[in-house]
Amino acid sequence: MTQKPLLSLDSSGLGCESGRFHVDPWRPVDQAVITHGHADHARSGSKAYFCAEGSGDILRQRLSGDFQLTEVPYRKKFKLGKTWVSFHPAGHVLGSAQVRVEGLQSVWVVSGDYKRNADPTCEGFEEVPCDVFISEATFAMPVYHWKEGIEVVKDLQRWWSAEPNHPSILFCYAFGKAQRVLAELSKLTDRTVYLHGAIETLMPAYRNRNVSFVPNQTVSSVERGHAFAGDLILAPPSAHRSAWMKRFKNPQTAFASGWMQIRGARRRRGYERGFVLSDHADWSGLVRSILASQAKTVYLTHGQTEVLSRFLMEEHGLDVKPLKTHFGDEQIEEQFAESVS
Amino acid sequence: MKAFGRLYQRLDSTTSINLKVEALVQYFEETPPRDAAWGLNLLLGKRQRRMVTSRMLRDAFLRSFPDFPEWLLEESYGHVGDTGETVSLLLASRGICPNESQHSVSLSSWMEDRISKLSGKEDQQRAEKIFEWWSRLSVDECYLLNKLLTGGLRVGVSQKLVVRALSKWSGISEAELTHRLMGEFEPSEENFQRLLSEGGGKKVPSQPYPFFLASPLEENDWKSLDFNHLQLEYKWDGIRAQLIFREGEVFLWSRGEDLITNQFPEIVEAASNLPQGTVLDGELLCWNEDQPLPFSFLQKRLGRKKVSSKLLESHPCILLAYDCLEANGEDLREHSLKERREILEKLIQDCDEPRLKISSCLSADSKESLEILRNSSRDFGAEGLMLKKKESPYLSGRKRGHWWKYKVDPLTLDAVLIYAQAGSGRRANLFTDYTFALWKDSELVTFAKAYSGLDQKEIEELDRWIRQNTRERFGPVRSVEPFHVFEIAFEGISESNRHKSGIAVRFPRILRWRKDKVVSEADTLMNARKLLEAA
Repeated sequence: MTQKPLLSLDSSGLGCESGRFHVDPWRPVDQAVITHGHADHARSGSKAYFCAEGSGDILRQRLSGDFQLTEVPYRKKFKLGKTWVSFHPAGHVLGSAQVRVEGLQSVWVVSGDYKRNADPTCEGFEEVPCDVFISEATFAMPVYHWKEGIEVVKDLQRWWSAEPNHPSILFCYAFGKAQRVLAELSKLTDRTVYLHGAIETLMPAYRNRNVSFVPNQTVSSVERGHAFAGDLILAPPSAHRSAWMKRFKNPQTAFASGWMQIRGARRRRGYERGFVLSDHADWSGLVRSILASQAKTVYLTHGQTEVLSRFLMEEHGLDVKPLKTHFGDEQIEEQFAESVS
Repeated sequence: MKAFGRLYQRLDSTTSINLKVEALVQYFEETPPRDAAWGLNLLLGKRQRRMVTSRMLRDAFLRSFPDFPEWLLEESYGHVGDTGETVSLLLASRGICPNESQHSVSLSSWMEDRISKLSGKEDQQRAEKIFEWWSRLSVDECYLLNKLLTGGLRVGVSQKLVVRALSKWSGISEAELTHRLMGEFEPSEENFQRLLSEGGGKKVPSQPYPFFLASPLEENDWKSLDFNHLQLEYKWDGIRAQLIFREGEVFLWSRGEDLITNQFPEIVEAASNLPQGTVLDGELLCWNEDQPLPFSFLQKRLGRKKVSSKLLESHPCILLAYDCLEANGEDLREHSLKERREILEKLIQDCDEPRLKISSCLSADSKESLEILRNSSRDFGAEGLMLKKKESPYLSGRKRGHWWKYKVDPLTLDAVLIYAQAGSGRRANLFTDYTFALWKDSELVTFAKAYSGLDQKEIEELDRWIRQNTRERFGPVRSVEPFHVFEIAFEGISESNRHKSGIAVRFPRILRWRKDKVVSEADTLMNARKLLEAA
């Protein structure tokens, strides 16, 4: 008799029957275990939410309706149904977690989104041994290879300071990327950086966790006459080519994202500069993490799953399967960030 | 190469025209002429010799990293859409490139002493040489080197900007420089200095004049049209070409500044009956009796090293001349079109060569009669009308207010998207190359591929849909659920065995995404055949 897997997909998402919960469900359920606060992972409508400590403020701010929220420290096991669940740092954004589920027969880990590069705004990724590992695969191509964040931000600072006469606008995701840039910048300068409203809404959650940033204030709080000449402004990608841009005369623009690794991707988005800075794991980060999990079975979700599966099967003899989820749609997060600003 | 690399990065990281010109001027100022000559050659995108094929470059990578699976390289290439870039990214991930380049070899030395010496080497030797270069260059320079090796470097500046910068730096007018740069430019110190010398040096017989281009006729152009002072002609659907007969030699240049003399031996033969020192502007067409044949005939004649006598007979070509830029060795471009036309008519008449014809003038005295001419132009194998002021000089490039093109409305069919493939360059890893099909009974048969016509938002929306609705994969091609209907516009239609439908269309592009239509409402092959018969 084959055993029912501990976690499997149903119409609401990735569900655990014996634990009576779902991980990052895309439809309302009774109990939702949330890996992190990005809008494609944390959706409204469920009755009870569980998240890692550090993610609570973000979820309370972003989820609508009535719900119960339980924040659990990293590595602390808590019981759901017949399973033991714990959160482990994923290194993706503030409060992001891998979800470890211990059933009677096996241990599964759902990675959520994760990265292996250092990030001063969140705890670093922890390798968690398991039988089955469900990994993201957003940048699962060997051409994706990240430099350390501080190196990229040094390049960014050079780009910014080479333009003393006009504003420099850096587009980046409002939750996670923007704060990572601000935190790295604090090691390099104490000049004030200006923020789009969508980014500012996330800042209190970080301040509560004592993350240190370069001095910053919102664009809207600056008096009218200020020309922003030589200033750095951070904004979400949705602000590019919007009316909000009118305030800045002849700005130079750049986009910070892993997608900027490919020239074509940068050119078609119409940014002058691309800084390769991602909160996801690069190819070697994915391979390293999957091997370190010691899992015999690996599921891959959102991204270039086919290429990574073949590589893991042929080169490392793992059993790899694709898992079709609703994650990885960055547009959802972007629209969300825009709607709350 | 460091200086050129820096220039490349500067041009690549700004969209400001002023900054680009500034970077170019600085480059010309600081670079020794021998290197600047090569730099200019690359900036202008003049024909580059390909020393290494993309396949050889990939082979060099695989030989350097025997543990790297070949299929993974192919997948990576499919994702990035450019071999030179793929390899440089993989090199970066391998950490073999130093942060700072350890090379101080000049661009000219790279091109003349190194890259050109690769040809004829054995695979292994070549791979070793390339690997040695890679391991001493920065990642950015590896990218540049890969593009130089494969002859595929494209720099993000137009010829116009390069000429503007060169003019700003040298003080020579843009028009003069544009002319001097026409035709072949062999990158050498001597040629670079001659380009910028007082008289521009002696012109070589092969040197063409810059083409003068017409602008599309727009609504508010009508006011400025005076039918008494307009020369009207058909707009032919062939290849725009400049025919030169100087010092006993014939040269035929295409609009893209390719020398196509060898592909049209009958024109060369005919042209040698012209007086020496003649330059004509006209259209190359496949011709039968008194009518042009469809463009698909002409296509058969292109891209060949040698044209067989069989092909010459089955696909005979003529030059339909419409302008004379030089007669008796005298540059006529400042003269009015009226005067040039008189000279042209006399030249063609005296020459009396059936393969050199003149594009006839039409007459219309009102907007209405012009519309009638336009609408019937397809019946004469033309794709619309040309309107030229009789007083117009022959300028260069696209200058408004002298010549207009007034094309017929395109033909259209509603077709179903059935295959998609990722594009390259700006469209890398986005599904932007679409194949469309028409109904033949209950089957969908392919009839056209189109790459353009959607805006960025639609492209991204369709890309997501394609990823979610892929049925099968054939290498880089995906078949998708027949679901979306698009209105496809095209200029002409002819028989062909390239597509399953047995027809081929010219310049297909997407006119509209017909979200209002369901698959069953798409056009049938029968409808397409009707257009073919009417054409």
